Amino acid sequence: MVLNSIEKLLEKYDNAETTLQEEAQLRAYFASDDVAPHLESYKPLFVYFANTQQEAFTKDVPLNTKKKSNFYQWISVAAAAVIMLGIMMPQMLSGPTYSDKEIEMYNKTKNALAFMSSNFNEGASSLNVLEMASDNFNAGMYKANFVKEFGKTTNKFLK
Amino acid sequence: MTQADFVKLVMPFKDKVFRLAKRLLVSREEAEDATQEILLKLWRNKQKISDYKNVEAFSMTMTKNFCLDRLKSKQAQNLKIVHSNYQDKGHSSLQKQVEARDSVDWVSSIIETLPEQQQIIVQLRDIEQYDFSEISKMLDMNETAIRVALSRARKTIREQLTKTHSYGIK
Repeated sequence: MVLNSIEKLLEKYDNAETTLQEEAQLRAYFASDDVAPHLESYKPLFVYFANTQQEAFTKDVPLNTKKKSNFYQWISVAAAAVIMLGIMMPQMLSGPTYSDKEIEMYNKTKNALAFMSSNFNEGASSLNVLEMASDNFNAGMYKANFVKEFGKTTNKFLK
Repeated sequence: MTQADFVKLVMPFKDKVFRLAKRLLVSREEAEDATQEILLKLWRNKQKISDYKNVEAFSMTMTKNFCLDRLKSKQAQNLKIVHSNYQDKGHSSLQKQVEARDSVDWVSSIIETLPEQQQIIVQLRDIEQYDFSEISKMLDMNETAIRVALSRARKTIREQLTKTHSYGIK
């Protein structure tokens, strides 16, 4: 009688028409020791299902590490931003902001420097005169060589 | 969401994720890595977790997709070769006890020969005992298609098993 219903259930089972409760019933039947001999071949199937269900995941999952490394990533981003600001801030602050007084002072300084430079140029031109004098001196030296040569020959005569 | 909340949420189905991964990837180490990867993905998206209607079904779908991707990748092909090296060990035993244990192992190797989709369905239905409606959500298939695939898978397993049982050969 029990056997009959089990056989019916098995047929339904093969057609994938059993409900979860009926499948539980089948599992319970095949887990027991008195399985009808002609149904013996089903036994390993249900034993296997029951065994496999026990298998558990034992490895640890490192949940914390991810969070930390994220934090350090953002620190590097922040550091980059600070460095960029540091470079850009002085330029942005001192760039376009000149007051009228500053411009006036700048022009005055420029004029003073130009005046100084023109005087300097004058000095440089008087240096040119010195250079000419030095040229003439060199020419004189060259001529003095002739006198030296002449002296040598007179000495030979004296000997 | 704190770490404790997350662990509480994930606890009931992390083993199911692992078993599904092991069904598809075969090797225990690979399945552990896959499970770890999936739990970390969930943890990284923990802000969005409350938006999901069913975290468990969502995770199972994720697992399925992840494992199928792994199988397609080159790395996993190497893995398969390694596995087949030790696949057919110990089937020549004479003792009845060992035989009984072996026949349970046979079920596992018979399921391995099924198409991937049937493997997933057998895993979800016969081992994890999910409702057809839940399975249809996880796999994005309609229930009739699932029933057909499941029936085919069960019949194949039964045939192979009866053959093994009556002739004692694999």
